[in-house]
Amino acid sequence: MAKPPRKPKLAVWKFASCDGCQLSLLDCEDELLAVAGAVEIAYFPEATRAVLKGPYDISLVEGSVTTQHDAERLLEVRRQSRRLITIGACATAAGIQGLRNFKDVREFTSVVYAHPEFIETLETSTPISTHVEVDYELRGCPIDKHQLLEVLTAFLNGRRPNIPAHSVCVECKARGTVCVLVRGAAACLGPVTHAGCGAICPAYNRGCYGCFGPKETPNAVSLAPRLVDAGMDKTGLGRVYRTFNPVADAFKKESERHGT
Amino acid sequence: MSYHPSMIGLDGLAALIEALSVDGFRVLGPTVRDDAIVYDDIAGVDDLPAGWTDEQDGGRYRLKRRDDSALFGYAVGPHAWKRFLHPPLLRLWRAEPDSAGMKLTAAPEPEERFAFLGVRSCELHAIAIQDKVFLQGPYVDPHYKARREGAFLVAVNCGTAGGTCFCASMNTGPRATAGFDLTLTEFTGEFLVEPGSDAGAALLARLPQRAATEADIERARAVSERTAASMGRHMQADGVHDLLLDNLEHKRWDDVAARCLSCGNCTQVCPTCFCTAVSDVNDLSGATERTRRWDSCFSVDFSYIHGGSVRPSPRSRYRQWMTHKLASWVDQFGTSGCVGCGRCITWCPVGIDITEEVRAIRGG
Ligand code: SF4
Ligand code: SF4
Ligand code: SF4
Ligand code: SF4
Repeated sequence: MAKPPRKPKLAVWKFASCDGCQLSLLDCEDELLAVAGAVEIAYFPEATRAVLKGPYDISLVEGSVTTQHDAERLLEVRRQSRRLITIGACATAAGIQGLRNFKDVREFTSVVYAHPEFIETLETSTPISTHVEVDYELRGCPIDKHQLLEVLTAFLNGRRPNIPAHSVCVECKARGTVCVLVRGAAACLGPVTHAGCGAICPAYNRGCYGCFGPKETPNAVSLAPRLVDAGMDKTGLGRVYRTFNPVADAFKKESERHGT
Repeated sequence: MSYHPSMIGLDGLAALIEALSVDGFRVLGPTVRDDAIVYDDIAGVDDLPAGWTDEQDGGRYRLKRRDDSALFGYAVGPHAWKRFLHPPLLRLWRAEPDSAGMKLTAAPEPEERFAFLGVRSCELHAIAIQDKVFLQGPYVDPHYKARREGAFLVAVNCGTAGGTCFCASMNTGPRATAGFDLTLTEFTGEFLVEPGSDAGAALLARLPQRAATEADIERARAVSERTAASMGRHMQADGVHDLLLDNLEHKRWDDVAARCLSCGNCTQVCPTCFCTAVSDVNDLSGATERTRRWDSCFSVDFSYIHGGSVRPSPRSRYRQWMTHKLASWVDQFGTSGCVGCGRCITWCPVGIDITEEVRAIRGG
């Protein structure tokens, strides 16, 4: 009798991050059983202590690279992975810790730690794609669990993930939310931000914070005067793009344009 | 056939809403939510936006108090009726593996019938345009058809034009001329009701009313004339078809592309825009679901074909949108794709104004 086909091995790796994105996988509650049934969870310290040896069919990588040790570990992860998918803003666009790239990190460590000499860290936080080839980048801070399932399913089925790269506005309109920017309730980054969250913030009377990073063909320059109309000051215009995706090209350029 | 107009009071309007729900309609109409007048379920007159109006301009909408208690004293808001007739997200079918191979289950069409209260003339024209798109020709859209058939339309002749309205330029308003069951013209606490269909006339007969006089009818005409004279915007629409198609390399397209966010808001709020993306998504159980959601010519994937997107630049996408609305739509469906409702102007985050863009291209 033929052996049943081997289940694909899934590994989940953590670099500099808060664990929120990995937890989205555990948060898939109902769907988690289906995931667990479709793959062999080979490495996922957040969920299980069991460790299976590589190579892995799919590696989900969370977090950015902030230490030399991690940079080397990442090379090994890539070597062991047939497909490497980054999950979340840290892995894709350096994350909040990417703010160090614009400052002197030694100054921070000297203020924060009693013994800064014990801290061994790189000058910068860099996305995974700076170091190794990435097969797919899933956006968000944190990622959306439905999108994670979609990407996993797509890879397991060998098809293209159905993840639109248009603005958050499209999701906002589908929900029937009344635009917070146009009605003067809040400054909103939705028009330059990649969809994926389902336009949560505008539905709660807040502007979009840009968690999913820049959309396709973003035009932050044109949006800026409208953010001012909605009450943002000049410092805000730069800072608003220095959050979870600070090194994403369009966001970085726009923050620099405002001298941040 | 011709119908007789009547006058009804607030009690008549309450009776109208009541009669519609007794007849099994889901009554949808204007109501205040999130600092705007949106379309939602209406249980009675109290849900209507009494004494509210809107101030609209490019990229700007403000809900304002009126100095009277008019129920329909506003122009159109962020929602269009298309969200009910052509919903933003539709599940079409689901296929599941079974012993015979595959079991296909079509998503059931809703059984509810809609009654829309407060449909403006521009919106009637927009619905007529979507009727053409979805119901005419060899390929009838069953999902639109299921929602559109049996819908009851109560129109309102606008008493106030919004800051971005230009129906008078497009010959689509402000007076409702066709496509409704009943039409209302609001005076203080009273309405002239004119039936436009047998169903409308039959419903009107059930309401408390008095016969309308010549003077009432005259008064209603005057309301529409006043509104027509106070349009917030104007578009010189004659010859716009050739104007745009003869100017596909006009420098204005670069200018608008510098401002356009390619966010897609204009298409999502437009009552005639109908484009969708259909996707088949399979899950880990082996089942596949086909869904259809609103898409937009402003997204890159919208024109994706083998090898890449046909319209990678925002310039080409804005030009596609505007030339379709005002020019190629005419070739395709025999009418303009724009009814002058002004939503794309108001709800564009950077206030790009289709009337202004036409003017600029006309200017040379
Ligand atoms: S609220 Fe923000 S995300 Fe929503 S449509 Fe307006 S600008 Fe876009
Ligand atoms: S193009 Fe603009 S003004 Fe014309 S119908 Fe659409 S939303 Fe209304
Ligand atoms: S465009 Fe005309 S019909 Fe439409 S809301 Fe404005 S005034 Fe009324
Ligand atoms: S015209 Fe306005 S609403 Fe339309 S895509 Fe451009 S910026 Fe967005």
